[in-house]
Amino acid sequence: MAYEEVINELNLKDTELRLGLPGTDEQAEVSCVKSNKRQFHQSNDEHNLKEEYPPPPAKTQIVGWPPVRSNRKNNNKSVSYVKVSMDGAPYLRKIDLKMYKNYHELLKALENMFKFTIGEYSEREGYKGSGFVPTYEDKDGDWMLVGDVPWDMFSSSCQKLRIMKRSEAPAF
Amino acid sequence: MNKALKFPMNYFPEEVIEHIFDFIASHRDRNSISLVSKSWHKIERYSRHQVFIGNCYAISPERLIRRFPCLRSLTLKGKPHFADFNLVPHEWGGFLHPWIDALSKARVGLEELRLKRMVVSDESLELLSRSFVSFKSLVLVSCDGFTTDGLASIAANCRNLRELDLQENEIDDHRGQWLNCFPDSCTTLVSLNFACLKGEINLSALERLVARSTNLKSLKVNRAVPLDGLTRLMSCAPQLVDLGVGCYENEAEPESFASLMAAIKKCTLLRSLSGFSEVASVCLTAFYPICENLTSLNLSYAAEIQGNHLIEFVQFCKRLQLLWILDSIGDKGLEVVASSCKELQELRVFPSDPHDEEDNNTAVTEVGLVAISAGCPKLHSILYFCKQMTNEALITVAKNCPNFIRFRLCILEPNKPDHITSQSLDEGFGAIVQSCKGLRRLSVSGLLTDKVFLYIGMYAEQLEMLSIAFAGDTDKGMLYVLNGCKKLRKLEIRDSPFGNAALLADVGKYETMRSLWMSSCEVTLGGCKRLARNAPWLNVEIINENENENGRMERNEEDEREKVDRLYLYRTVVGTRKDAPPCVTIL
Repeated sequence: MAYEEVINELNLKDTELRLGLPGTDEQAEVSCVKSNKRQFHQSNDEHNLKEEYPPPPAKTQIVGWPPVRSNRKNNNKSVSYVKVSMDGAPYLRKIDLKMYKNYHELLKALENMFKFTIGEYSEREGYKGSGFVPTYEDKDGDWMLVGDVPWDMFSSSCQKLRIMKRSEAPAF
Repeated sequence: MNKALKFPMNYFPEEVIEHIFDFIASHRDRNSISLVSKSWHKIERYSRHQVFIGNCYAISPERLIRRFPCLRSLTLKGKPHFADFNLVPHEWGGFLHPWIDALSKARVGLEELRLKRMVVSDESLELLSRSFVSFKSLVLVSCDGFTTDGLASIAANCRNLRELDLQENEIDDHRGQWLNCFPDSCTTLVSLNFACLKGEINLSALERLVARSTNLKSLKVNRAVPLDGLTRLMSCAPQLVDLGVGCYENEAEPESFASLMAAIKKCTLLRSLSGFSEVASVCLTAFYPICENLTSLNLSYAAEIQGNHLIEFVQFCKRLQLLWILDSIGDKGLEVVASSCKELQELRVFPSDPHDEEDNNTAVTEVGLVAISAGCPKLHSILYFCKQMTNEALITVAKNCPNFIRFRLCILEPNKPDHITSQSLDEGFGAIVQSCKGLRRLSVSGLLTDKVFLYIGMYAEQLEMLSIAFAGDTDKGMLYVLNGCKKLRKLEIRDSPFGNAALLADVGKYETMRSLWMSSCEVTLGGCKRLARNAPWLNVEIINENENENGRMERNEEDEREKVDRLYLYRTVVGTRKDAPPCVTIL
């Protein structure tokens, strides 16, 4: 049947969900096949992702997928505010760790927030080239240097951030 | 003489027949006996106390009351299932008010009301609370449109209230004193569930209410009830069978923790546990004393409890029949469940990271599913979210568990093939439907061709509800299902290439079904119009959220080929509904 031939020629593109009216050609189509995996810009982390799939400009998600009620989605620890203190600053700030995808973004945000520069990180020597060292308190109550562990591990165990003056942090 | 045995029941007096009918509870059986004869129809009508209406637009309140004037318990369902996933506009419909209005005017002796996906207003709740003297039980599931003021009316006016059960509703919390509105004389509560409320509550009012409700068996509190509050509640209700726990600070004081544990130890009748959103793992350990008694455990909201703590707890719950959990339990955790929970009947594994933001590798895979199927011989219902699946695993599961009634598998990435062979999952699902002869509900996912639907049509003889997403190749797929599944009642399809040919092939089929949903498929406006013309007993609704009044009136012939964004059709005896919003066009 001719009609069947036409249908058989449909490719995957036709089953993609379009966010606009039917029949319109959307420029920004949501692909259901591409991976949503992000690309890390700085490799402090040990889990570097493959760069096969270029990251989408924003978090592209298919409407109503996966089929989970919205009250379940919100339930995910999707907001994690931590206090940030800086030696010498008169008051503390708070940031949402979930807003950042890697150390690079976090450190940039901290630099902007407190108007200072953090040095360059290296595994051997910690942060060099500035008077400040970023540290954090983990779930066990220990104070750790920011950047040693993979980002995901850090963001789920970080309770507090403290930007220490280098003079106060000889060990780092 | 070889006389055929004449059925003697026709000669029984009516009261006797009515008494016999009392033993028949299932509404389907009731519907059947009402078709036997006129006199049976009449007797059945007047003796029917419980009515179930799967689609509130299939019938009108007036007709319902005319037929069943002695109605005491009513169940109503409104929005279609995909409304749960934001695919149905908020204002689509499913309003309770006309029903309460009609029931009230007719002075029906309503005692019980169970609603699912309906829009409920405070006015309706107030009218309900004042109209029915014997009202006992209100169960609202996934409803919205009301506030805690409506709850206050129920509390204040329903003198004989036994059950107030609010499950996953969107309630505007005015942080009022609705719990105070239960009069001191109210001591009849058996079940109170307000877990879905987001705001503060009056703790002392709750404690007093619980203390005087000596028949209270089920209590599910919301996140506003702190640890020591819970301790006090459990101390004055050691008879609790079903408990929903709130939310606690990360570190519980050792003293308050000890008090909680002591109170829990006294609750020897406790069989069902739920809640735990924003609860630290340590609080779960307070329940160790009674975990061996648990038959039902819902930790699917417990995002803060890590996998290893979940495993530690669950391994002692040897009597568990129902388990709802997050995939943070991992395959290892499911293996522990498989070896510990031999009585398990229903399992739901929800995704802790639905949009794959955390990029973790601890979620569940086909390994966990196979382990469960091998270890839990009584398993009959499963809902399983996972990142990957294989045909081999599904075939093994099918062999291990031929008794599935409900099988819902959701692979998070659409169109994902068997991750080892890269083939479609047709064979895997085919094995499920072939082996599970009693299967009533099925949800499929992953890469699927028309072939899986051939299998479903061929083997799924008892199938009543089928959910399809991102599957199939041609109209043949949908046709296999429509032609093959004789007991199909609900079919919901999204993002699949089924079009007019499938939709229109057998219009009479839809008279045997409750409803059909198709979104982001290939059906066109023209096809839907044709269907509506050929089937006047159907409501064919086109939902288009970008539509306004002007858009509706401007439709012309050229639009016939326009694809329909969302189609929802259902059989009805009362024709087109009058309460549709502008974004819904009924053809």
